[in-house]
Amino acid sequence: MGEYTLTRSEKRFIGWHLFIAISALAIGSFYGPMQAFNYAGWNFYPTLKKWHIAESYYQGLTLHGVLNAVVWTTFFITGFLTFNMIYGLKRPLKYPKLNALGFWMMVVGLVLTAYAILANQASVLYTFYPPMKASWIFYLGLVLLVVGSWIEGYGFYFTLHQWKKDNPGVRTPFIAFASVATMVLWQLATLGVAIETLFMLLPWSLGWLEGIDIQLARTFFWWFGHPLVYFWLLPAYISWYGYLPKQAGGKLFSDTMARLAFWLFILLSVPVGFHHQFVDPGVAPGWKYIHALLTLSVVIPSMMTLFTVVASLEYAGIKRGGKGLLGWLAKLPWDDPIVAAQLLAGLLFIFGGIGGVVNASYNTNLILHNTAWVPGHFHLTVSTAVTLTFMGISYWLVPYLTGRELCCRKVALAQVYLWATGMAIFSQAMHSLGLLGAPRRTPLGEAPYVPPEWSGLLLRVGIGGIFLLIAVYMYIWIMAHTAFFGRKAEKPVEVQVAEPMQDVQLTPEWLDAWKPWIAGAVGLILIAYTPVLMELISHMVPVAAPKMKLW
Amino acid sequence: MTAHSTLIDRHERRWIAISAALLASFAVLIGIAGFALGVQVPTLEQRVDPAKLNEDPVWSQPGVREIVPGRKYEVYIIAQTWMFVPREIVVPAGAKVTFYVTSRDIQHGFKVLDTDLNVQVIPGYVGKLSYTFKEPGEYKFICTEYCGLGHAAMAGVIKVVPPEEYQSSQ
Repeated sequence: MGEYTLTRSEKRFIGWHLFIAISALAIGSFYGPMQAFNYAGWNFYPTLKKWHIAESYYQGLTLHGVLNAVVWTTFFITGFLTFNMIYGLKRPLKYPKLNALGFWMMVVGLVLTAYAILANQASVLYTFYPPMKASWIFYLGLVLLVVGSWIEGYGFYFTLHQWKKDNPGVRTPFIAFASVATMVLWQLATLGVAIETLFMLLPWSLGWLEGIDIQLARTFFWWFGHPLVYFWLLPAYISWYGYLPKQAGGKLFSDTMARLAFWLFILLSVPVGFHHQFVDPGVAPGWKYIHALLTLSVVIPSMMTLFTVVASLEYAGIKRGGKGLLGWLAKLPWDDPIVAAQLLAGLLFIFGGIGGVVNASYNTNLILHNTAWVPGHFHLTVSTAVTLTFMGISYWLVPYLTGRELCCRKVALAQVYLWATGMAIFSQAMHSLGLLGAPRRTPLGEAPYVPPEWSGLLLRVGIGGIFLLIAVYMYIWIMAHTAFFGRKAEKPVEVQVAEPMQDVQLTPEWLDAWKPWIAGAVGLILIAYTPVLMELISHMVPVAAPKMKLW
Repeated sequence: MTAHSTLIDRHERRWIAISAALLASFAVLIGIAGFALGVQVPTLEQRVDPAKLNEDPVWSQPGVREIVPGRKYEVYIIAQTWMFVPREIVVPAGAKVTFYVTSRDIQHGFKVLDTDLNVQVIPGYVGKLSYTFKEPGEYKFICTEYCGLGHAAMAGVIKVVPPEEYQSSQ
């Protein structure tokens, strides 16, 4: 069987996604370390203000959050999923123009959002909590970004539908199945923020609504805000299940469990938003506890993933000559940047997972809500498990798309280890600061209440920032050098899709049926949200925006 | 079930069972701590129009109210850009203090360092949370939600004094 290849225009289309993602990362990641340096007492913000690079710490923080957590992730993910659809199903998209429309809508949305933030009209951070009010251009840009991603998702559905018609009874190839599942999750999740933005924030920012209920807006936001993290995470899981076993020299341990994990994420990852609202006054404790239970259940598919991925890697390591209980671990290709990135991502994600259980545990959240612990936590998840995996993916995907060799493999290897080290130092210090009560989203270098005992930890945050600043620009440089100046590859990159140990046709049919799982997910969302939303909607307190700009 | 079970590795089934048991035990423990032992999340006291706090009989006079001398106190705190009203609170050690916190304008956070007192301050809503300060001392409270340029300076202090001292100062 010959290697299936994407057409030039398909490669270019995916390449555009990655180009925008990586460009956003290049700008957004400049500001992250600036915040870390402020903690350490090295405050560059006055200089940045003088040079008009950032008017304030908070404009920098907004740029960092929006460009990294929203733009880098969404564009990289839609691009990577598009690759998985075409390569996995070995057929073109059913309606390439529909997907192109979605993509360009996302680009227009990005331009509007970026304009509003850069003009200092939207320093509201990436949670944009009302009644702090950004320019309407910011909200409109976000709507277009989300709707554009929906349209790309619809393009996937049509493509899968056609493939299933052409291949009756055949199990959907895992990478394509999981990509569609990720899009389904995204569309269930973004309903919440779409309602918040379209019916509350946008009309209010245009002056059509006098006031909005803030507790209600927060509740719609967090309907979206937590499954958002699974939208980031699942593409990394696709790589860990669907590519990493082969890249490490083995096979996927269980196709059945991989699919079951994705279904459980669709089922359970949306009705959990109150675990971000444990200290909100307007949600009753009983409902908060129910969401805590649901959040703990969504740990199960992650524990399944841990088992399956480790078992796949163990198989690879034994095949490579690993002996004894842990000998396989040392035999894994730790010197391959593509594999090492994902191994380190997975390793640090264990701590991210443990921290996540603490966050989700109802009253333990009292200690850490809105403290530095929280960014410490999500820099292990979205910025390490997800971002480091995406970096590993781009080390083969960008050469594949451009037909050029990955430049400077050793630099790439060093980049991966520097990133993991920087994140480990940074996150550990942030977790500790949070436990001592240090707030998040605050320039601690200027806060008058910071006690001297925190200074050692604040310094470590800054040191982590140095590692990360170097590592991110190494990545950008490698990517730019590969894409634009890399040596033309003599033979095309071989795409390493993992084969399962058992015949895929043995995977039960109910794991390839969409309707019952989606119906279950919608049902759970309705049960978990309807009573609270009804209560909030029937007692709304309209609140107007502040009269002056606060940033 | 047996047909499916052969597809799930024996060790993996055990792994999932152990994970589920562990998570279930967490759920039970936090439930007991919350609903039986009173380590509880904030609740809603009332809704209030943030633009009309000055006309409200209670909210026009934020601060400490003595309910039972030496035993029970209520504290009303308004968060606003960029300060807490009042900034300084004095209560006796050993008394049960119930805090009512709301916002005059935008969202803020209210967190008392070295305690588990933590509430998202949402305009229109009054959060209620209780604590007993056992040891005398100064407890700082800070704003933990981004609220604009002055956010990092938004803080206050709770002075917890020995009961005898508190009575004589009144």
